[in-house]
Amino acid sequence: MSTPVLEVSGLRKSFGKDVVLQEISFEVPVHTATVFIGSSGSGKSTLLRCINLLDGIDDGIINLDGEEISDPRINADEVRRKLGMVFQSFNLFPHMSVMDNITLSPIRVQGIDKEQARSAAQALLSRFGLLEKADQYPDRLSGGQQQRVAIIRSLALKPRLLLLDEVTSALDPVLVNEVLSTVRDLKVEGMTMVIATHEMGFAKQVADEVCFLHQGRIVEYGPPGEVLEDPRDSRTQDFLKRVHEAGRL
Amino acid sequence: MTNPLESTAPKGRASSIGNDIPDWQPSQLELTRKRIRREQNRRNILVAVGSSFLVLGTLVSILITSPGFKSLSDTFFAWAYGFEILPKVILGFTTNLILTVIAATCVSIFGLILALTRTSRSPALTPFRFLATLYVDVFRGVPMLLIILLVGFGIPSLRLRGLTNNVFVLGTTAVIITYSAYVAEVLRSGILTVHPSQRAAARSLGLSNFQTLRHVVLPQALRRVTPPLLNDLVALIKDTGLVSILGVTDAVRAAQISSSRSFNYTPYVMAAILFLMVTVPLTRFTDRTMRRAIERQNAQGLA
Ligand SMILES: Nc1ncnc2c1ncn2[C@@H]1O[C@H](COP(=O)(O)OP(=O)(O)OP(=O)(O)O)[C@@H](O)[C@H]1O
Ligand SMILES: [Mg+2]
Repeated sequence: MSTPVLEVSGLRKSFGKDVVLQEISFEVPVHTATVFIGSSGSGKSTLLRCINLLDGIDDGIINLDGEEISDPRINADEVRRKLGMVFQSFNLFPHMSVMDNITLSPIRVQGIDKEQARSAAQALLSRFGLLEKADQYPDRLSGGQQQRVAIIRSLALKPRLLLLDEVTSALDPVLVNEVLSTVRDLKVEGMTMVIATHEMGFAKQVADEVCFLHQGRIVEYGPPGEVLEDPRDSRTQDFLKRVHEAGRL
Repeated sequence: MTNPLESTAPKGRASSIGNDIPDWQPSQLELTRKRIRREQNRRNILVAVGSSFLVLGTLVSILITSPGFKSLSDTFFAWAYGFEILPKVILGFTTNLILTVIAATCVSIFGLILALTRTSRSPALTPFRFLATLYVDVFRGVPMLLIILLVGFGIPSLRLRGLTNNVFVLGTTAVIITYSAYVAEVLRSGILTVHPSQRAAARSLGLSNFQTLRHVVLPQALRRVTPPLLNDLVALIKDTGLVSILGVTDAVRAAQISSSRSFNYTPYVMAAILFLMVTVPLTRFTDRTMRRAIERQNAQGLA
Protein backbone atom coordinates (compact mmCIF):
# COMPACT_ATOMS: atom_id res chain seq x y z
CA MET A 1 0.00 0.00 0.00
CA SER A 2 1.25 3.49 -0.86
CA THR A 3 2.10 6.06 1.80
CA PRO A 4 -0.89 7.97 3.08
CA VAL A 5 -1.17 11.61 2.03
CA LEU A 6 -1.36 12.64 5.66
CA GLU A 7 -0.07 10.83 8.74
CA VAL A 8 -0.47 12.35 12.17
CA SER A 9 0.88 10.61 15.21
CA GLY A 10 1.01 11.59 18.87
CA LEU A 11 0.09 15.18 18.14
CA ARG A 12 -0.23 17.44 21.17
CA LYS A 13 -1.15 21.09 21.22
CA SER A 14 -1.66 23.46 24.11
CA PHE A 15 -2.34 27.14 24.53
CA GLY A 16 -0.44 28.04 27.67
CA LYS A 17 -1.67 25.59 30.31
CA ASP A 18 -4.73 24.67 28.23
CA VAL A 19 -4.13 21.32 26.53
CA VAL A 20 -6.36 21.53 23.47
CA LEU A 21 -5.22 18.40 21.58
CA GLN A 22 -3.43 15.28 22.83
CA GLU A 23 -2.48 11.83 21.54
CA ILE A 24 -3.96 12.59 18.16
CA SER A 25 -3.03 9.88 15.64
CA PHE A 26 -4.68 9.11 12.32
CA GLU A 27 -3.93 8.54 8.66
CA VAL A 28 -5.57 9.87 5.53
CA PRO A 29 -4.90 7.62 2.51
CA VAL A 30 -5.00 9.16 -0.93
CA HIS A 31 -8.47 9.78 -2.45
CA THR A 32 -10.22 9.48 0.92
CA ALA A 33 -11.98 11.87 3.25
CA THR A 34 -11.53 11.85 7.02
CA VAL A 35 -14.24 13.71 8.89
CA PHE A 36 -13.83 15.10 12.40
CA ILE A 37 -16.92 15.54 14.50
CA GLY A 38 -17.24 16.67 18.09
CA SER A 39 -18.82 19.36 20.18
CA SER A 40 -17.88 23.00 20.02
CA GLY A 41 -14.46 23.61 21.54
CA SER A 42 -13.31 20.01 21.12
CA GLY A 43 -10.35 21.15 19.02
CA LYS A 44 -11.39 20.56 15.40
CA SER A 45 -10.34 23.96 14.08
CA THR A 46 -7.12 23.86 16.06
CA LEU A 47 -6.22 20.48 14.55
CA LEU A 48 -6.70 21.78 11.01
CA ARG A 49 -4.64 24.89 11.81
CA CYS A 50 -1.85 22.67 13.12
CA ILE A 51 -1.86 20.52 9.96
CA ASN A 52 -1.66 23.70 7.90
CA LEU A 53 1.30 24.86 10.04
CA LEU A 54 -0.58 28.00 11.06
CA ASP A 55 -0.13 26.94 14.68
CA GLY A 56 2.97 25.25 16.05
CA ILE A 57 2.55 21.92 17.84
CA ASP A 58 3.93 20.85 21.21
CA ASP A 59 4.67 17.22 20.38
CA GLY A 60 4.11 14.56 17.74
CA ILE A 61 4.71 14.16 14.05
CA ILE A 62 2.81 15.32 10.97
CA ASN A 63 3.80 13.72 7.67
CA LEU A 64 2.61 14.94 4.29
CA ASP A 65 3.31 12.43 1.51
CA GLY A 66 5.85 10.77 3.78
CA GLU A 67 7.73 14.00 4.44
CA GLU A 68 7.76 15.30 7.98
CA ILE A 69 6.25 18.79 7.89
CA SER A 70 6.33 19.22 11.66
CA ASP A 71 10.11 19.57 11.37
CA PRO A 72 10.85 23.17 12.36
CA ARG A 73 13.38 23.45 9.52
CA ILE A 74 10.73 22.87 6.87
CA ASN A 75 9.72 25.73 4.57
CA ALA A 76 6.16 26.34 5.74
CA ASP A 77 5.23 28.39 2.66
CA GLU A 78 6.09 25.50 0.37
CA VAL A 79 4.08 23.06 2.48
CA ARG A 80 1.02 25.33 2.47
CA ARG A 81 1.14 25.51 -1.31
CA LYS A 82 0.25 21.81 -1.33
CA LEU A 83 -2.62 22.27 1.14
CA GLY A 84 -5.89 24.01 0.51
CA MET A 85 -7.76 25.34 3.50
CA VAL A 86 -11.22 26.79 3.86
CA PHE A 87 -11.92 28.36 7.21
CA GLN A 88 -14.89 28.30 9.49
CA SER A 89 -15.38 32.05 9.16
CA PHE A 90 -14.99 33.80 5.87
CA ASN A 91 -11.54 34.88 5.06
CA LEU A 92 -11.98 36.42 1.67
CA PHE A 93 -9.91 39.54 1.10
CA PRO A 94 -12.39 42.43 1.26
CA HIS A 95 -10.30 44.75 -0.92
CA MET A 96 -10.24 42.36 -3.87
CA SER A 97 -12.94 41.23 -6.29
CA VAL A 98 -13.99 37.59 -6.29
CA MET A 99 -11.81 37.01 -9.35
CA ASP A 100 -8.76 38.59 -7.74
CA ASN A 101 -9.32 36.63 -4.55
CA ILE A 102 -9.22 33.40 -6.52
CA THR A 103 -6.34 34.22 -8.82
CA LEU A 104 -4.06 35.92 -6.27
CA SER A 105 -2.25 32.81 -5.19
CA PRO A 106 -2.10 31.01 -8.58
CA ILE A 107 -0.54 34.14 -10.10
CA ARG A 108 1.72 35.23 -7.26
CA VAL A 109 2.70 31.94 -5.71
CA GLN A 110 2.48 29.41 -8.51
CA GLY A 111 3.54 31.90 -11.16
CA ILE A 112 0.73 30.94 -13.52
CA ASP A 113 0.05 33.23 -16.46
CA LYS A 114 -2.66 35.77 -15.63
CA GLU A 115 -5.02 34.91 -18.48
CA GLN A 116 -4.69 31.22 -17.78
CA ALA A 117 -5.41 31.75 -14.07
CA ARG A 118 -8.48 33.82 -14.91
CA SER A 119 -9.95 31.27 -17.26
CA ALA A 120 -9.31 28.48 -14.76
CA ALA A 121 -11.08 30.60 -12.13
CA GLN A 122 -13.98 31.23 -14.50
CA ALA A 123 -14.39 27.52 -15.07
CA LEU A 124 -14.53 26.92 -11.32
CA LEU A 125 -16.91 29.84 -10.76
CA SER A 126 -19.36 28.64 -13.38
CA ARG A 127 -19.28 25.15 -11.92
CA PHE A 128 -20.39 26.63 -8.60
CA GLY A 129 -22.94 28.89 -10.29
CA LEU A 130 -21.06 32.03 -9.32
CA LEU A 131 -19.74 33.22 -12.66
CA GLU A 132 -21.81 36.40 -12.63
CA LYS A 133 -20.24 37.35 -9.28
CA ALA A 134 -16.68 37.30 -10.62
CA ASP A 135 -16.24 41.07 -10.49
CA GLN A 136 -18.14 41.66 -7.24
CA TYR A 137 -16.47 42.46 -3.96
CA PRO A 138 -17.00 40.05 -1.05
CA ASP A 139 -19.20 42.47 0.94
CA ARG A 140 -21.76 42.29 -1.90
CA LEU A 141 -22.09 38.50 -1.59
CA SER A 142 -24.31 36.51 0.73
CA GLY A 143 -22.60 34.47 3.43
CA GLY A 144 -23.16 31.28 1.46
CA GLN A 145 -21.76 32.78 -1.70
CA GLN A 146 -18.71 34.01 0.19
CA GLN A 147 -18.10 30.53 1.52
CA ARG A 148 -18.36 28.98 -1.91
CA VAL A 149 -15.88 31.52 -3.25
CA ALA A 150 -13.54 30.56 -0.41
CA ILE A 151 -13.80 26.91 -1.50
CA ILE A 152 -13.15 27.85 -5.10
CA ARG A 153 -10.17 29.92 -4.02
CA SER A 154 -8.53 26.95 -2.35
CA LEU A 155 -9.40 24.62 -5.26
CA ALA A 156 -7.66 26.99 -7.67
CA LEU A 157 -4.36 25.90 -6.11
CA LYS A 158 -4.98 22.25 -7.08
CA PRO A 159 -4.10 21.20 -3.55
CA ARG A 160 -2.75 17.77 -2.63
CA LEU A 161 -4.92 17.81 0.48
CA LEU A 162 -7.96 19.94 1.19
CA LEU A 163 -8.76 21.02 4.75
CA LEU A 164 -12.37 22.11 5.23
CA ASP A 165 -13.35 23.68 8.53
CA GLU A 166 -17.13 23.70 8.90
CA VAL A 167 -17.68 24.95 5.39
CA THR A 168 -21.44 24.45 5.63
CA SER A 169 -22.06 26.00 9.03
CA ALA A 170 -23.11 29.37 7.60
CA LEU A 171 -25.18 28.13 4.69
CA ASP A 172 -28.92 27.74 4.19
CA PRO A 173 -30.13 24.18 3.49
CA VAL A 174 -30.19 24.57 -0.29
CA LEU A 175 -26.62 25.79 -0.35
CA VAL A 176 -25.51 23.11 2.10
CA ASN A 177 -26.66 20.51 -0.42
CA GLU A 178 -24.94 22.36 -3.23
CA VAL A 179 -21.65 22.44 -1.37
CA LEU A 180 -22.13 18.87 -0.22
CA SER A 181 -22.54 17.57 -3.74
CA THR A 182 -19.51 19.58 -4.80
CA VAL A 183 -17.44 18.04 -2.05
CA ARG A 184 -18.67 14.61 -3.19
CA ASP A 185 -17.68 15.51 -6.75
CA LEU A 186 -14.28 16.51 -5.50
CA LYS A 187 -13.89 13.15 -3.85
CA VAL A 188 -14.93 11.31 -7.00
CA GLU A 189 -12.23 13.26 -8.78
CA GLY A 190 -9.80 11.92 -6.21
CA MET A 191 -9.38 14.85 -3.84
CA THR A 192 -8.01 13.88 -0.46
CA MET A 193 -9.70 15.74 2.35
CA VAL A 194 -9.80 16.38 6.08
CA ILE A 195 -13.12 17.88 7.10
CA ALA A 196 -14.41 19.29 10.36
CA THR A 197 -18.17 19.57 10.60
CA HIS A 198 -21.25 19.70 12.79
CA GLU A 199 -23.40 18.25 9.99
CA MET A 200 -23.84 14.52 10.61
CA GLY A 201 -25.65 14.00 7.31
CA PHE A 202 -22.72 15.54 5.53
CA ALA A 203 -20.27 13.38 7.49
CA LYS A 204 -22.19 10.21 6.67
CA GLN A 205 -22.24 10.91 2.95
CA VAL A 206 -18.72 12.03 2.36
CA ALA A 207 -16.57 10.31 4.99
CA ASP A 208 -14.42 7.23 4.56
CA GLU A 209 -13.35 7.55 8.16
CA VAL A 210 -15.01 9.45 10.99
CA CYS A 211 -13.08 10.62 14.07
CA PHE A 212 -14.98 11.68 17.13
CA LEU A 213 -13.02 14.32 19.05
CA HIS A 214 -13.79 14.83 22.70
CA GLN A 215 -11.85 17.30 24.82
CA GLY A 216 -8.90 17.15 22.48
CA ARG A 217 -8.69 13.36 22.15
CA ILE A 218 -9.84 11.01 19.43
CA VAL A 219 -12.32 8.91 21.36
CA GLU A 220 -13.65 6.86 18.48
CA TYR A 221 -12.38 6.24 14.98
CA GLY A 222 -13.79 4.21 12.10
CA PRO A 223 -16.03 4.10 9.04
CA PRO A 224 -19.15 6.29 9.26
CA GLY A 225 -21.39 3.21 9.43
CA GLU A 226 -19.78 2.25 12.72
CA VAL A 227 -19.04 5.56 14.42
CA LEU A 228 -22.24 7.31 13.43
CA GLU A 229 -24.70 4.39 13.37
CA ASP A 230 -23.39 2.09 16.06
CA PRO A 231 -20.95 3.95 18.32
CA ARG A 232 -19.24 1.92 21.03
CA ASP A 233 -17.96 4.72 23.23
CA SER A 234 -20.50 6.19 25.64
CA ARG A 235 -19.28 9.75 24.95
CA THR A 236 -19.89 9.32 21.22
CA GLN A 237 -23.32 7.91 21.99
CA ASP A 238 -24.10 10.93 24.19
CA PHE A 239 -22.91 13.35 21.56
CA LEU A 240 -24.90 11.72 18.76
CA LYS A 241 -27.97 11.58 20.95
CA ARG A 242 -27.74 15.30 21.60
CA VAL A 243 -27.20 16.00 17.92
CA HIS A 244 -30.16 13.80 17.09
CA GLU A 245 -32.32 15.66 19.57
CA ALA A 246 -31.24 18.95 18.05
CA GLY A 247 -32.63 17.64 14.77
CA ARG A 248 -29.40 17.53 12.86
CA LEU A 249 -29.45 13.90 11.81
CA MET B 1 -60.19 51.88 -6.24
CA THR B 2 -57.56 49.26 -5.54
CA ASN B 3 -55.16 49.34 -2.63
CA PRO B 4 -52.47 51.91 -3.51
CA LEU B 5 -49.70 49.67 -2.12
CA GLU B 6 -50.65 46.71 -4.28
CA SER B 7 -48.70 47.79 -7.33
CA THR B 8 -45.40 47.80 -5.37
CA ALA B 9 -45.77 44.25 -4.14
CA PRO B 10 -43.13 41.90 -5.61
CA LYS B 11 -44.38 39.86 -8.52
CA GLY B 12 -43.07 36.31 -8.55
CA ARG B 13 -40.36 35.06 -6.23
CA ALA B 14 -37.67 35.02 -8.93
CA SER B 15 -37.26 38.79 -8.88
CA SER B 16 -34.03 39.59 -7.05
CA ILE B 17 -32.91 42.78 -5.39
CA GLY B 18 -31.67 45.40 -7.84
CA ASN B 19 -33.67 44.02 -10.75
CA ASP B 20 -36.57 46.42 -11.10
CA ILE B 21 -39.80 44.83 -12.14
CA PRO B 22 -40.21 46.35 -15.62
CA ASP B 23 -43.81 47.48 -15.30
CA TRP B 24 -43.47 49.02 -11.87
CA GLN B 25 -45.27 52.32 -11.36
CA PRO B 26 -45.01 54.30 -8.12
CA SER B 27 -48.22 54.00 -6.14
CA GLN B 28 -50.45 56.97 -5.39
CA LEU B 29 -49.18 56.88 -1.83
CA GLU B 30 -45.55 57.06 -2.95
CA LEU B 31 -46.30 60.01 -5.26
CA THR B 32 -47.84 61.89 -2.33
CA ARG B 33 -44.83 61.08 -0.18
CA LYS B 34 -42.51 62.37 -2.93
CA ARG B 35 -44.38 65.68 -3.02
CA ILE B 36 -44.19 66.02 0.76
CA ARG B 37 -40.44 65.29 0.72
CA ARG B 38 -39.90 67.94 -1.96
CA GLU B 39 -41.78 70.50 0.09
CA GLN B 40 -39.78 69.64 3.20
CA ASN B 41 -36.54 70.05 1.25
CA ARG B 42 -37.54 73.46 -0.04
CA ARG B 43 -38.44 74.63 3.45
CA ASN B 44 -35.12 73.40 4.85
CA ILE B 45 -33.14 75.29 2.20
CA LEU B 46 -35.08 78.51 2.88
CA VAL B 47 -34.40 78.24 6.61
CA ALA B 48 -30.68 77.60 6.02
CA VAL B 49 -30.25 80.58 3.68
CA GLY B 50 -32.25 82.90 5.93
CA SER B 51 -30.36 82.07 9.09
CA SER B 52 -26.99 82.34 7.29
CA PHE B 53 -27.77 85.84 6.05
CA LEU B 54 -28.92 86.92 9.48
CA VAL B 55 -25.87 85.63 11.40
CA LEU B 56 -23.16 86.57 8.88
CA GLY B 57 -24.75 89.95 8.18
CA THR B 58 -24.80 90.78 11.86
CA LEU B 59 -21.14 89.80 12.28
CA VAL B 60 -19.99 91.87 9.30
CA SER B 61 -21.92 94.96 10.34
CA ILE B 62 -20.53 94.76 13.89
CA LEU B 63 -17.02 94.52 12.43
CA ILE B 64 -17.40 97.41 9.99
CA THR B 65 -19.07 99.81 12.41
CA SER B 66 -16.63 99.16 15.27
CA PRO B 67 -14.30 102.12 16.08
CA GLY B 68 -11.00 100.29 15.34
CA PHE B 69 -12.05 98.99 11.93
CA LYS B 70 -10.25 101.69 9.95
CA SER B 71 -6.82 101.11 11.53
CA LEU B 72 -7.38 97.35 11.52
CA SER B 73 -8.01 97.22 7.81
CA ASP B 74 -5.13 99.62 7.10
CA THR B 75 -2.68 97.40 9.01
CA PHE B 76 -3.81 93.94 7.94
CA PHE B 77 -5.91 94.36 4.84
CA ALA B 78 -4.15 96.98 2.71
CA TRP B 79 -5.12 95.14 -0.45
CA ALA B 80 -3.36 97.44 -2.93
CA TYR B 81 -0.08 96.96 -1.09
CA GLY B 82 -0.87 93.31 -0.66
CA PHE B 83 -1.16 92.72 -4.39
CA GLU B 84 2.05 94.66 -4.96
CA ILE B 85 4.12 92.23 -2.85
CA LEU B 86 2.03 89.18 -3.76
CA PRO B 87 4.44 87.89 -6.46
CA LYS B 88 7.25 87.69 -3.90
CA VAL B 89 5.08 85.79 -1.45
CA ILE B 90 3.89 83.46 -4.19
CA LEU B 91 7.49 82.82 -5.19
CA GLY B 92 8.22 81.99 -1.57
CA PHE B 93 5.14 79.75 -1.45
CA THR B 94 6.46 77.63 -4.31
CA THR B 95 9.32 76.78 -1.96
CA ASN B 96 6.75 75.53 0.57
CA LEU B 97 5.07 73.44 -2.09
CA ILE B 98 8.33 71.95 -3.36
CA LEU B 99 9.35 71.19 0.21
CA THR B 100 5.98 69.55 0.81
CA VAL B 101 6.30 67.29 -2.23
CA ILE B 102 9.87 66.23 -1.40
CA ALA B 103 9.12 65.73 2.28
CA ALA B 104 5.86 63.83 1.66
CA THR B 105 7.64 61.45 -0.69
CA CYS B 106 10.52 60.76 1.67
CA VAL B 107 8.24 60.55 4.70
CA SER B 108 6.05 57.93 2.98
CA ILE B 109 9.04 55.72 2.31
CA PHE B 110 10.81 56.22 5.62
CA GLY B 111 7.59 56.09 7.66
CA LEU B 112 6.58 52.84 5.98
CA ILE B 113 9.97 51.28 6.70
CA LEU B 114 9.67 52.30 10.36
CA ALA B 115 6.11 50.95 10.63
CA LEU B 116 7.01 47.64 8.98
CA THR B 117 10.03 47.28 11.23
CA ARG B 118 7.94 47.88 14.32
CA THR B 119 5.20 45.44 13.32
CA SER B 120 7.46 42.66 12.06
CA ARG B 121 8.02 39.66 14.28
CA SER B 122 11.19 38.41 12.66
CA PRO B 123 13.86 37.72 15.29
CA ALA B 124 16.61 39.07 13.02
CA LEU B 125 15.00 42.50 13.16
CA THR B 126 14.88 42.70 16.97
CA PRO B 127 17.55 45.41 17.30
CA PHE B 128 15.96 47.41 14.49
CA ARG B 129 12.58 47.08 16.14
CA PHE B 130 14.06 48.54 19.30
CA LEU B 131 15.73 51.38 17.37
CA ALA B 132 12.55 52.15 15.44
CA THR B 133 10.54 52.35 18.67
CA LEU B 134 13.13 54.65 20.21
CA TYR B 135 13.13 56.82 17.09
CA VAL B 136 9.36 57.20 17.06
CA ASP B 137 9.20 57.95 20.79
CA VAL B 138 11.90 60.62 20.59
CA PHE B 139 10.80 62.47 17.49
CA ARG B 140 7.12 62.45 18.34
CA GLY B 141 7.91 63.85 21.75
CA VAL B 142 10.05 66.83 20.74
CA PRO B 143 8.70 70.07 19.23
CA MET B 144 9.50 70.17 15.53
CA LEU B 145 10.90 73.68 15.86
CA LEU B 146 13.64 72.25 18.09
CA ILE B 147 14.51 69.60 15.52
CA ILE B 148 14.67 72.25 12.82
CA LEU B 149 17.00 74.37 14.95
CA LEU B 150 19.15 71.39 15.90
CA VAL B 151 19.52 70.15 12.34
CA GLY B 152 19.65 73.58 10.69
CA PHE B 153 22.20 75.18 12.99
CA GLY B 154 23.76 72.13 14.60
CA ILE B 155 24.90 70.22 11.54
CA PRO B 156 26.69 73.17 9.86
CA SER B 157 28.47 73.87 13.15
CA LEU B 158 30.09 70.42 12.95
CA ARG B 159 32.02 71.70 9.91
CA LEU B 160 32.15 68.20 8.51
CA ARG B 161 33.24 67.80 4.92
CA GLY B 162 30.59 66.55 2.56
CA LEU B 163 27.71 67.79 4.72
CA THR B 164 25.67 70.56 3.26
CA ASN B 165 25.12 74.03 4.64
CA ASN B 166 22.16 74.58 2.35
CA VAL B 167 19.33 75.74 4.62
CA PHE B 168 16.64 74.36 2.33
CA VAL B 169 18.15 70.88 2.44
CA LEU B 170 18.67 71.03 6.20
CA GLY B 171 15.15 72.34 6.83
CA THR B 172 13.62 69.67 4.63
CA THR B 173 15.64 67.02 6.43
CA ALA B 174 14.36 68.20 9.80
CA VAL B 175 10.76 68.09 8.56
CA ILE B 176 11.26 64.58 7.16
CA ILE B 177 12.80 63.36 10.43
CA THR B 178 9.85 64.56 12.47
CA TYR B 179 6.99 63.63 10.17
CA SER B 180 8.35 60.14 9.54
CA ALA B 181 7.76 59.44 13.21
CA TYR B 182 4.13 60.64 13.02
CA VAL B 183 3.37 58.81 9.81
CA ALA B 184 5.04 55.61 11.03
CA GLU B 185 2.64 55.49 13.96
CA VAL B 186 -0.40 56.07 11.78
CA LEU B 187 0.69 53.31 9.40
CA ARG B 188 1.46 50.96 12.27
CA SER B 189 -2.00 51.42 13.76
CA GLY B 190 -3.48 50.65 10.34
CA ILE B 191 -1.44 47.47 10.00
CA LEU B 192 -2.50 46.33 13.46
CA THR B 193 -6.21 46.74 12.68
CA VAL B 194 -6.12 44.19 9.85
CA HIS B 195 -7.68 41.07 11.34
CA PRO B 196 -5.27 38.18 12.03
CA SER B 197 -7.53 35.78 10.11
CA GLN B 198 -6.70 37.73 6.97
CA ARG B 199 -3.04 36.86 7.48
CA ALA B 200 -3.94 33.24 8.20
CA ALA B 201 -6.02 33.05 5.01
CA ALA B 202 -3.21 34.51 2.95
CA ARG B 203 -0.55 32.28 4.48
CA SER B 204 -2.71 29.19 3.99
CA LEU B 205 -2.84 30.07 0.29
CA GLY B 206 0.92 29.71 0.27
CA LEU B 207 1.74 33.42 0.14
CA SER B 208 5.02 34.28 1.80
CA ASN B 209 5.23 36.71 4.67
CA PHE B 210 6.24 39.49 2.29
CA GLN B 211 3.54 38.65 -0.26
CA THR B 212 0.94 38.62 2.51
CA LEU B 213 2.07 42.07 3.57
CA ARG B 214 2.20 43.41 0.04
CA HIS B 215 -1.08 42.05 -1.32
CA VAL B 216 -3.32 41.53 1.70
CA VAL B 217 -2.28 43.49 4.79
CA LEU B 218 -0.93 46.78 3.44
CA PRO B 219 -3.73 47.51 0.94
CA GLN B 220 -6.31 47.14 3.70
CA ALA B 221 -4.22 49.06 6.22
CA LEU B 222 -3.58 51.98 3.85
CA ARG B 223 -7.24 52.22 2.98
CA ARG B 224 -8.12 52.53 6.63
CA VAL B 225 -5.53 55.18 7.45
CA THR B 226 -6.00 57.37 4.39
CA PRO B 227 -8.00 60.01 6.33
CA PRO B 228 -5.43 60.44 9.15
CA LEU B 229 -2.63 60.45 6.57
CA LEU B 230 -4.37 63.26 4.69
CA ASN B 231 -4.66 65.14 7.98
CA ASP B 232 -0.93 64.77 8.42
CA LEU B 233 -0.41 66.07 4.89
CA VAL B 234 -2.38 69.24 5.72
CA ALA B 235 -0.32 69.66 8.87
CA LEU B 236 2.88 69.10 6.88
CA ILE B 237 2.01 71.85 4.40
CA LYS B 238 1.49 74.31 7.24
CA ASP B 239 4.60 73.22 9.10
CA THR B 240 6.85 73.81 6.10
CA GLY B 241 6.48 77.46 7.11
CA LEU B 242 8.62 76.73 10.17
CA VAL B 243 11.79 76.30 8.11
CA SER B 244 11.71 80.06 7.54
CA ILE B 245 13.47 80.29 10.89
CA LEU B 246 16.62 78.96 9.16
CA GLY B 247 16.41 81.70 6.55
CA VAL B 248 14.78 79.66 3.80
CA THR B 249 12.87 82.19 1.69
CA ASP B 250 9.51 80.50 1.79
CA ALA B 251 6.16 82.32 1.89
CA VAL B 252 6.49 83.14 5.57
CA ARG B 253 10.01 84.51 5.19
CA ALA B 254 9.08 86.49 2.05
CA ALA B 255 6.14 88.02 3.91
CA GLN B 256 8.36 88.79 6.89
CA ILE B 257 10.87 90.64 4.68
CA SER B 258 8.18 92.77 3.06
CA SER B 259 6.48 93.42 6.34
CA SER B 260 9.61 94.57 8.15
CA ARG B 261 10.24 97.15 5.43
CA SER B 262 6.76 98.66 5.49
CA PHE B 263 5.65 98.05 9.10
CA ASN B 264 2.44 96.70 7.61
CA TYR B 265 1.12 93.20 8.27
CA THR B 266 -0.76 92.66 5.04
CA PRO B 267 2.02 90.43 3.60
CA TYR B 268 1.41 87.94 6.42
CA VAL B 269 -2.28 87.91 5.59
CA MET B 270 -1.42 87.30 1.94
CA ALA B 271 0.79 84.35 2.95
CA ALA B 272 -1.99 83.01 5.17
CA ILE B 273 -4.45 83.21 2.27
CA LEU B 274 -2.04 81.27 0.05
CA PHE B 275 -1.77 78.49 2.65
CA LEU B 276 -5.55 78.41 3.05
CA MET B 277 -6.05 78.10 -0.69
CA VAL B 278 -4.27 74.76 -0.51
CA THR B 279 -5.20 73.48 2.93
CA VAL B 280 -8.95 74.22 2.91
CA PRO B 281 -9.77 72.16 -0.22
CA LEU B 282 -7.53 69.40 1.07
CA THR B 283 -9.30 69.42 4.43
CA ARG B 284 -12.70 69.23 2.74
CA PHE B 285 -11.41 66.32 0.67
CA THR B 286 -10.16 64.63 3.84
CA ASP B 287 -13.56 65.01 5.48
CA ARG B 288 -15.23 63.37 2.53
CA THR B 289 -12.74 60.51 2.45
CA MET B 290 -13.23 59.97 6.17
CA ARG B 291 -17.01 59.84 5.84
CA ARG B 292 -16.70 57.28 3.05
CA ALA B 293 -14.27 55.18 5.06
CA ILE B 294 -16.67 55.10 8.00
CA GLU B 295 -19.56 54.14 5.74
CA ARG B 296 -17.50 51.35 4.24
CA GLN B 297 -16.49 50.04 7.62
CA ASN B 298 -20.09 50.03 8.79
CA ALA B 299 -21.11 48.12 5.69
CA GLN B 300 -18.42 45.55 6.40
CA GLY B 301 -19.60 45.20 9.97
CA LEU B 302 -22.99 44.10 8.66
CA ALA B 303 -21.63 41.42 6.37
N1 LIG C 1 -5.41 31.07 19.95
C1 LIG C 1 -5.93 30.42 21.02
N2 LIG C 1 -5.52 30.70 22.26
C2 LIG C 1 -6.01 30.04 23.33
N3 LIG C 1 -6.96 29.10 23.26
C3 LIG C 1 -7.43 28.77 22.05
C4 LIG C 1 -6.95 29.41 20.86
N4 LIG C 1 -7.59 28.88 19.81
C5 LIG C 1 -8.44 27.96 20.31
N5 LIG C 1 -8.35 27.89 21.65
C6 LIG C 1 -9.10 26.95 22.52
O1 LIG C 1 -8.93 25.66 22.02
C7 LIG C 1 -10.11 24.91 22.17
C8 LIG C 1 -10.49 24.27 20.86
O2 LIG C 1 -10.87 25.27 19.95
P1 LIG C 1 -11.28 24.97 18.45
O3 LIG C 1 -11.53 26.25 17.77
O4 LIG C 1 -10.27 24.07 17.85
O5 LIG C 1 -12.64 24.17 18.66
P2 LIG C 1 -13.64 23.61 17.57
O6 LIG C 1 -13.74 22.17 17.82
O7 LIG C 1 -13.23 24.05 16.22
O8 LIG C 1 -15.00 24.30 17.98
P3 LIG C 1 -16.18 24.81 17.04
O9 LIG C 1 -16.97 23.60 16.69
O10 LIG C 1 -16.95 25.74 17.91
O11 LIG C 1 -15.56 25.49 15.87
C9 LIG C 1 -11.16 25.85 22.72
O12 LIG C 1 -11.31 25.59 24.09
C10 LIG C 1 -10.58 27.22 22.50
O13 LIG C 1 -10.95 28.07 23.56
MG1 LIG D 1 -14.01 25.25 14.80
